[in-house]
Amino acid sequence: MKVVFERPTALTDKQTHYCPGCTHGIIHRLVAESIDELEVREKTIGVASVGCSVLAYDYFNLDMQQAAHGRAPAVATGIKRVHPDKVVFTYQGDGDLASIGMAEIVHAAARGEKITVIFVNNTIYGMTGGQMAPTSLVGQKTTTSPLGRKAEHCGYPIRMAELLSTLQGAVSVARVSVHDIPNIIKAKKAIKKAFETQIKGEGFAIVEVLSTCPTNWGLPPLDALKWLKENMIPYYPLGEYRTPGEVK
Amino acid sequence: MAKQLMKGNEAIGEAAIQAGCRYFFGYPITPQNEVPEYMSRRLPEVGGVFLQAESEVAAINMVYGAAGAGARVMTSSSSPGISLKQEGISYIAGSELPCLIINIIRGGPGLGGIQPAQSDYFQATKGGGHGDYNLFVFAPASIQEMVDLIMESFDIADYYRNPVMILGDGTLGQMMEPVEFKAPKKRDLPPKDWATTGCVGREPNVINSLSLVAENLERHNWRLQEKYKHMKENEQRWELYKTEDAELVMVAYGTTARIVKSVVNKLREQGIKAGLLRPITIFPYPVKAFALLPETVKAFLTVEMSAGQMVEDVRLAVNGKNPVHFCGRTGGVIPTPAEITKVAMEIMGGEPR
Repeated sequence: MKVVFERPTALTDKQTHYCPGCTHGIIHRLVAESIDELEVREKTIGVASVGCSVLAYDYFNLDMQQAAHGRAPAVATGIKRVHPDKVVFTYQGDGDLASIGMAEIVHAAARGEKITVIFVNNTIYGMTGGQMAPTSLVGQKTTTSPLGRKAEHCGYPIRMAELLSTLQGAVSVARVSVHDIPNIIKAKKAIKKAFETQIKGEGFAIVEVLSTCPTNWGLPPLDALKWLKENMIPYYPLGEYRTPGEVK
Repeated sequence: MAKQLMKGNEAIGEAAIQAGCRYFFGYPITPQNEVPEYMSRRLPEVGGVFLQAESEVAAINMVYGAAGAGARVMTSSSSPGISLKQEGISYIAGSELPCLIINIIRGGPGLGGIQPAQSDYFQATKGGGHGDYNLFVFAPASIQEMVDLIMESFDIADYYRNPVMILGDGTLGQMMEPVEFKAPKKRDLPPKDWATTGCVGREPNVINSLSLVAENLERHNWRLQEKYKHMKENEQRWELYKTEDAELVMVAYGTTARIVKSVVNKLREQGIKAGLLRPITIFPYPVKAFALLPETVKAFLTVEMSAGQMVEDVRLAVNGKNPVHFCGRTGGVIPTPAEITKVAMEIMGGEPR
């Protein structure tokens, strides 16, 4: 019998703790498939962050370090400087990367650290129960913006891909989504490319992946995918913001 | 190797390099800037990496990553910067990663000043960050001793899989003394088979301090305590100076101990039998040294460049057997031999001449 679908070697067989309908599982798989296809599992070191993806070290079947909240790019820097020939990636959510870890991500990008960053943006703090994130949309209801985020009170959501693409060291910057099959295929391509950027030694690569949080958005999974498409993509446009070799 | 005259902060860097440290992550802060400056010059010469981080917070997390990747790595800072590193230090201790952290203490609290102090004793020896953990802490009193201890620190860190801190002060960092670099006594070090180096031909390694099941975390914490117990049994270090017949034992570490040594001599000239107990490790605290003191001891005097921090450990060690007095200056003021002598004379019922 021909095998048409199987678990990537870069994923363990542990059952994840992610909520039903959450798209973290898809993104984990895309990362793992990319690592498998590039045949770098045994030379890859991943960095899990704090948030829903904190337990990523249980799900990726490769050497992992768990980092303090927001510090994954600094931890990855330490690893990469010791092992420049290895592949080092971080897997971070929006609270981790765009709020508490803003300094670490900006400076890792500015230094052109040769690491790959998978940035999962679901506009909310998932693990802690649905608080407002720096990426929460204006008007979005969360447990700490119960009447909806008000711009005059706490400003506007941060567009990380655009922000980081102003830095020369960030050679590969893309924003993708996983709300439907065509976009999942595009996301896979972007993630694989972000790993290739590192393997070729071209510099810092980040993929912002728009993701859903049905539990904390208070939506059934299918409605969450629709909400992402209709609300997030207009504010967070998809596309490649920087590609390696691009002259600025 | 011939002795060479070196500034304390530069000697720190050279000692680390000679001990095999090849990675340094730090951030500028006075009075330790010569450490990163020296490393930025020297590490590339020996195939290492110096990286100036965007903050102390980032620097200590780079240390975490590099230590987890199996490297000999260090950072240095001074009090306010060490406070910023505490989160990372707690993670490093929890994840059992070996590394060296230098604190060239300046006066606090807050931004404080830039003059030498010993007011980070509690922070260094009682935790500092959150959770049940301890650092291994050395408190050298000369540049030579600092160099010797640094060269040993990397072995100790690897042996115990524990962060080691060198507690210095602005004086030790800034002054110059002749030093010589000697390899420490060899320890049998376990292989770093836990490091994240890429899982070729083995199961993946994970560097982690998260443990969501309380019973598992408790087991981990008791194991850490076992490690600290082992340090307490095997690693206490101290110097006793003229304590054989002492009636007043002065307890001081680091720069202050050098001042106190001259006070001991001054007191003896005046007929007061004084001695010095100088802790070299402050975690583990050298309680064994107190048991070696003679029955002639009537009182203790702890001298610190703080408002009184180590004095608590002295009281625990003395355990009510004798009165424990305190004399200190804080905020970056260095106590003079005259003022310490005066306090000592008062305790011993004499009048200073």
